[in-house]
Amino acid sequence: MAKVEKAKTEAAPTPLPAKGKKINVHYLTRVEGHGNIVAEIDAGGKVSVCRWEVPEAPRFFEAMLIGRNYQDVHHITSRICGICSIGHQLSSLQATEDAFGVQISEQTLLLRKLAIHAENLQSHFLHVGYLALPDFMGAASVLPLAASHKEEVLAVVACHRTANRMSDMICGRTIHPQRMVPGGFAKLPTDDDLKNLKAMLEAIVPKAKAILDVVVDVAGNIPKFHRQTEYVALVSDAEYPLYWGEIGSSKTQRRPNQLYKDVTREYCLPQSTAKWTKGVDDSYMVGALSRFNLNHDKLSHLGKEAARKLGLKAPCHNPFMITAAQLVECFHSVEDSLRIIDILLARGIRNETPAPIKTFACKGVGAVEVPRGILFHAYEYDENGRIANADCVIPTNQNHANIQRDLDALLPTLATLSEADIELKLSMLVRAYDPCISCSTHHIDLTGDSNKLVKFIRK
Amino acid sequence: MKPKIAFFDFAGCEGDQLQVANLEEKLLDILSHVEVVSFREVMTGHSDDYDIAFVEGSITRPEDEARIKDIRSKAKYLVALGACATIGGVNCIKNFMSPDVYKERVYGTSGRWYSTYAARPLKKVVKVDAELHGCPIDRSEFARVVKELLLGRQPWIPDYPVCVECKKAGNICRYDLGRICLGTITRAGCGACCVTEGAHCWGCRGVAPKANLDAAREAMNKNGFDHKTVRDLLRFFLGDTYAPL
Ligand code: SF4
Ligand code: SF4
Ligand code: SF4
Repeated sequence: MAKVEKAKTEAAPTPLPAKGKKINVHYLTRVEGHGNIVAEIDAGGKVSVCRWEVPEAPRFFEAMLIGRNYQDVHHITSRICGICSIGHQLSSLQATEDAFGVQISEQTLLLRKLAIHAENLQSHFLHVGYLALPDFMGAASVLPLAASHKEEVLAVVACHRTANRMSDMICGRTIHPQRMVPGGFAKLPTDDDLKNLKAMLEAIVPKAKAILDVVVDVAGNIPKFHRQTEYVALVSDAEYPLYWGEIGSSKTQRRPNQLYKDVTREYCLPQSTAKWTKGVDDSYMVGALSRFNLNHDKLSHLGKEAARKLGLKAPCHNPFMITAAQLVECFHSVEDSLRIIDILLARGIRNETPAPIKTFACKGVGAVEVPRGILFHAYEYDENGRIANADCVIPTNQNHANIQRDLDALLPTLATLSEADIELKLSMLVRAYDPCISCSTHHIDLTGDSNKLVKFIRK
Repeated sequence: MKPKIAFFDFAGCEGDQLQVANLEEKLLDILSHVEVVSFREVMTGHSDDYDIAFVEGSITRPEDEARIKDIRSKAKYLVALGACATIGGVNCIKNFMSPDVYKERVYGTSGRWYSTYAARPLKKVVKVDAELHGCPIDRSEFARVVKELLLGRQPWIPDYPVCVECKKAGNICRYDLGRICLGTITRAGCGACCVTEGAHCWGCRGVAPKANLDAAREAMNKNGFDHKTVRDLLRFFLGDTYAPL
C-alpha cells in the first residue's frame, strides 16, 4: 500500500504583518449546511475576533408538524436532514410510540438497531473517507486522492456503498426510507437479504482495516489540541447504545430521556434546570467522541482494537479525534450488526405486522444516537392522534457552543502561523465535528439572550 | 474542454446532493467527463465559472432571490434538483400557516427577527432548464440526465403517472388494501419505489402532465377517503401545486 505523504500543515512561523491577520471562511466546505468562521489577530498577536457563525435559513419543521397525523410525522421529520434521515425517523417513531404506549416486538427492535448501524456506517465512512481524510493528507478533496491513493479511495467507496446497501435492505432506501412505521415495519427484509448482508459486511472488514491503516499512518497530522468539556451521550448498562438508552454525562448523573430539556437547557425553567445543571459548564459535546468517552468499555472487540491502533484512549479531550472515534465506531457497528444478523437468522424473520396503535391525548420523547450525536424528538398529541406540539433537538445545535469554545482556545495557539494555515486549522476543527447545519429546526442558546456564545446570523 | 458543473443549495436537507455522492463508482465515472468547480458538501474551492448549475432546495426568503438570480445569470443550464427545488416539496407545508404563528412556534418572541416567506420552487423565481424530481432524487436518473446533458440533449423525464410503473412492478394497489395513494396523479420515474417498499405514493415527483385528476378523485371518493385525509396527503409535497382532488 502506498505510504501517505505527510501533509504540509505545519508550516514555518511567518512573521506577523504589521496589520495583523484576518481569517474569513465564508461557507465552510466539506460540511453539510452553511457555516462561517471569522477570526482576527491584531498586530500584537492578540486575538481580537473569533467567531463561529451559523447563517440560518429556518425551515420551521416543528411548526409544520402541528396538526399532522401520527402516521405522517416521521416521514416529515425525515426531511430535516438527508444524512440523518434514518435517525430522525427512529427518534420520531420512538417519541410517537412512547406517547401512545406502544410496545414494539424484539424483531422490530433488532431491525431498528441494524438501521441505526447502517446510518452510522454510511455517515462515518462518508465523513472519515471523503471529508476528513483529505485534511489529514493535505488535499482539497477526495478527488485528487482518487488519483494518488486509488486503492484506499476504492476501499472507502466499497465500505460506503455497503453501508448504503444495508440501509436499502433494512429500511427500503438510504435517504428518507419508506419501510419504518409506528409500531414496526411495513415491509421486512427476507432471510436471504440478511444472509447477503452478512456476507457484504464480512467482506468490508479488511477494507475498513485498510482505511484504518491509512488513518493510523497520518495520525501524526491530527493536531494535538486538548480542551476538556462535558461529554453527553446515551448510556446503558447493557451495550454501546445507539438506539436505546438514558442520557449520560461526564459531569453529572444519568437522566431519563424525558428530562432532555435539563440537558439541552433550551428553556430556563427554574423547576427543571435547578437540579441538574449545577456545576455543568456552558457548553457540551455530543457525537462519536462523547459516546466513546462514556461507553468505550462496551465497544466490540474490533472497535477496541481500532481504538488501540489509533491511540484513542478515554477520556480523550481532543476534538480533532472525533474522526478517529467515528472510525472506531465503524468497526463496532459492523461487528455488532453481524451479531444481530446472527440472532435474527437463527430464528428466521417472522412475518409480523406493526403493533396496533390507539390514539389519545398524550406526550412522548424519543432519543437516539445519530452519527453526530444525541437526537431528541418530543411530541404532544391530541386525542385524534394529531400533533399539538413538537420539539426536535438536533446534535449539531448542541455542539455549536462547544465549537465556539474550542475555537476560542485553539486560535491563540496559532497566532504565529500564516493566515492560510490558521484558516486550515480552524476549518479542520469545525469539520472534525462533522457539523450538519442544514438541519434547521431551531437553535439552542445555552447562555440566554444577554451573552450569546454562538452568532446566528440572519442574512 | 470538459463542461464545468457546480452544485448549490437553498432550503433543503442536502439529501439530493448526498444522492449524487452516493453514486459511488458511477460518480467517479461521471467525474472523468466533467469538471466539478463547486460542490461545497464534498470539496474545498469554488469558482464562478460554470456551465451547468445543479440547484437543490426551495426559495424561502426574499434574500434568496438575489442569490438564485446570480447563479442563473452565470449558468448556461440550470437544473433543479429534488422536490424542494422542483415543486417546493415539504417546505410548503408551512405555507398554510400564518408566518406569525410558525415563527412564534419555533423561535418564541425572537421569531420576528427571522426573515421568511412562503416557500416556493425555483421556477417561480428564475427560468429552470431541466428538473430532476423526487425526494430524494433517483440516483440512476441523475446519472442518465447528466449523460444526456453532456450529449447536448434535453433530458427525457416521464410524463405519465406512477401507477404505470407500479403495475409493472407487480404491486398490489393500495386502494385494493383500503389505503390511499397519490400514484394516480404523480409523475413516474421512481419505479413506484415507495409502494414497492410497503408505503404509498406521497406525490414527491409532482403532478404528471398526463394525470387524469377526475379518475384520481373518483378513486378517492369511491374508497371513502374524507377531505381531511386527502388534504393531508396533498399537503405533504404538493403544497405549491394546483391539484384539485
Ligand atoms: S427534495 Fe427531499 S431530499 Fe431533496 S432537499 Fe428537499 S427534502 Fe431533501
Ligand atoms: S394507486 Fe398507488 S398503489 Fe395503486 S397502482 Fe397506482 S401507484 Fe400503485
Ligand atoms: S412513489 Fe411517489 S412518493 Fe415515492 S418516490 Fe415515487 S413519486 Fe415519490
